[in-house]
Amino acid sequence: MKADTSVRPRTRRPPVLLVVLGAIGLAMFVIPFVGLLARVPWSDLPALLAGDVVTDALRLSVVTSLTATLIAVVVGIPLAWIMARLDFPGRSLVRGLVTLPLVLPPVVGGAALLFALGRRGLVGESLEQATGLLLPFSTWGVVVANTFVAMPFLVITVEGALRNLDQRYEGAAASLGAGRWTVLRRVTLPMIGPSLVAGLVLTWARAFGEFGATITFAGNLQGRTQTLPLAVFVALESDRDTAVALSLVMVVVSLAVLVTLRERWWKAL
Amino acid sequence: MEGALGQGLEAAFRLRRGDSFRIDLSLSIPAGTTIALLGPNGAGKSTAVAAIAGLLAIDSGRIGLAGTTLDEPSADVFVSPEARRIGVVFQDYLLFPHMTMLENVAFGLRSRGVSRAEAMARAGSWLERLDLTGLERRKPPQLSGGQAQRVALARALVIEPDLLLLDEPLSALDVTTRVELRRVLARHLEDFPGPRLVITHDPTEAFLLADEVHIIENGAVTQAGSPDEIRLRPRTSYAADLAGSNLLIGRASHGQVDVGSHPIHLVEHEIEGEVLLTIRPSAISLHRNPPEGSPRNTWRTTVAVMERLGERTRIRTGAPVPLTVEVTSEASSALELGEGEMVWVAIKATEIGVESGGVYPRPE
Amino acid sequence: MLVSAAASLTDAFAEVESAFEEENRDVDVVLNLGSSSALREQILEGAPADVFASANTSNMDQVADAGELSGEAEIFVTNSLQIAVPTGNPAGVTGLEDFAREELLIGLCVEDVPCGDFGRQALDNAGVTPSIDTNEPDVRALLTKIEAGELDAGITYVTDVLSTSGTVEGLEIPAEVNVVAEYPIATLAGAPNPVTAAAWVEFVLSDEGQAILTSYGFISP
Repeated sequence: MKADTSVRPRTRRPPVLLVVLGAIGLAMFVIPFVGLLARVPWSDLPALLAGDVVTDALRLSVVTSLTATLIAVVVGIPLAWIMARLDFPGRSLVRGLVTLPLVLPPVVGGAALLFALGRRGLVGESLEQATGLLLPFSTWGVVVANTFVAMPFLVITVEGALRNLDQRYEGAAASLGAGRWTVLRRVTLPMIGPSLVAGLVLTWARAFGEFGATITFAGNLQGRTQTLPLAVFVALESDRDTAVALSLVMVVVSLAVLVTLRERWWKAL
Repeated sequence: MEGALGQGLEAAFRLRRGDSFRIDLSLSIPAGTTIALLGPNGAGKSTAVAAIAGLLAIDSGRIGLAGTTLDEPSADVFVSPEARRIGVVFQDYLLFPHMTMLENVAFGLRSRGVSRAEAMARAGSWLERLDLTGLERRKPPQLSGGQAQRVALARALVIEPDLLLLDEPLSALDVTTRVELRRVLARHLEDFPGPRLVITHDPTEAFLLADEVHIIENGAVTQAGSPDEIRLRPRTSYAADLAGSNLLIGRASHGQVDVGSHPIHLVEHEIEGEVLLTIRPSAISLHRNPPEGSPRNTWRTTVAVMERLGERTRIRTGAPVPLTVEVTSEASSALELGEGEMVWVAIKATEIGVESGGVYPRPE
Repeated sequence: MLVSAAASLTDAFAEVESAFEEENRDVDVVLNLGSSSALREQILEGAPADVFASANTSNMDQVADAGELSGEAEIFVTNSLQIAVPTGNPAGVTGLEDFAREELLIGLCVEDVPCGDFGRQALDNAGVTPSIDTNEPDVRALLTKIEAGELDAGITYVTDVLSTSGTVEGLEIPAEVNVVAEYPIATLAGAPNPVTAAAWVEFVLSDEGQAILTSYGFISP
């Protein structure tokens, strides 16, 4: 007689309630995108995408977000290092300030930038008189606004990673003859690699999607300061089809970047 | 031995850590000598390592190596860790997890400007010397404890340092691996021409690997001497506790171990080959007359040295098998023991600790 | 009762609201202010508004075409444009021709908003090709930047300049190039409170209502 082969599942099925709630959560993310996709005028899409509103906005968004990320790397990593490794008075205040743009409404950030760096601003006035450089209503203004809101992501991520790094490895490297730059280059940075990548992606993504600070500080002009988010906002009121096309571009670009992020880098977030 | 000392480590320094902890150390290691710094956890051993390696600055005193001053606050001299030619094997090894074994070993050379090709070649030959060929491309998480230890050793040796500094080199290993690697370590220590400092909390390690043992407790050295001296005349209770075990090396066969002079009987009959026997001094009993009953390990010997330490008395017996024995002072008085007196030794086979694998014999 | 009104009516309608609520104690008027085009969209998407007051006729027409009006729309005020400059007129702007000067920072409203649309018409009438530096999404944003001195000049309504109580100065635009914005008001077909809605419209068109509106710079039709 054949033995009764009872079902022995190799993996236990998750509890039903968990799955249901999770599915609802997923729906909250999926449904808006489905709504967007449903509204896309597929036949007109090529023409819309070729339109200069879209191409200008895309170009500006890509250039400014990448530049902002680059600036974040150059100044943000050293800042993160200082915050993680040096003990100085007022460190918690500094950390608070660095985290502030994450919490502030972006428009408030933009207003602050205007008060500081605008033509009549605290620093901006002297800056213009000295160098002739005027940030508001310029593409560099967009970069500044993007950097302001996005850099905290990189600083916080890298600072956390540096804190969690076992500094004894750096001591071991030194004992083997590595100077400080070699240690940084060959030991410290590679060891925080995944966190660094995650931080970079988050920073870029935030800069790419920035709206409030940009429109308040840099203004809105096609080809000069009108990034994708601004273009969508403006187009929503008059040209729905272009708005949808622009939104689609943003979603596709962002998804492409985030999906190519390898699984292990997500763990570092 | 002036030449050897000139190439050795001369360290006499004080260091305060935080509010409470201080270490006050004086070490002089000539080239070709191994000194063990033995102490319980928290005694200051890791602090000493950090100070010598340059990862911590001393408060006063001087650290000199091969004739060069590495750290001397009063003369405002401090050589950064990367400029010190010290090969350190760290506790937990600290192999760089993102680099392959070969890259790890080559790291020190590359940091000092050696070309990539040459560094890799030299690293490769050291891996070979440590029986690690074929594993060059593996990364540290994929290595076993024993392999990692050997890579760490290779990494320290390949840079041809002036001092070899080993911080608890075997504590992260399981017992069997430890025994095997102790041998490997002993061999490479011998081969290393410069001074060698081994930091450990394991007395067996200290006694087997070092020529001289310095016991460190609470930041200061409480006793320094050869393993035998410490065993015989421990100056603190910590020393007495750890200095206990007698160590005998021999070949085991059919339940008997030939230690060169008198066979020792074991409980386990299956063990064959090189073994290391440990016998606690308090597990050995002394008698005036041949003891009756079970102990098969019994022989007649004389009291070579007797040292009364308050309530306890330590006795070193002579031929055929010199042992350190500990009895109560009361008992020794009752037996009327004295130097030169004849006495019978009895050791129960169950009281004998056995480790197979033995140890690389150290030249006397 | 929900009144969707163009942003430029903010201050004026606030006073109208208090006056109306005084006379109609049991009514609570809620003002939903925004750009006329945004409000139009809301209505077309089914927002439960009772009254729509737009800053231009085209938005109202679109709502009418969609059949969302109950009855006809009526023009209740008109508004004309002014050049807005920071106090003291630091850039020395004299007229619309200055808008072509590249070295000045010029702001307009976005084209799809009435003040943006009309502003561009006025410039067109004057034959000026402006060197625009930013298109602000609404008049308030534009005024804020002019007030702060970050922009040298912009085009807004007369009422907007007046509403800043002196922090922004206005310069006349000659009548021959100026654009008159007609503000229509209407009750909506889907109004939850049609009776109150009609009362509101009546009040706005009444002498009392008009008095309030003209005090803010609007012109009675």
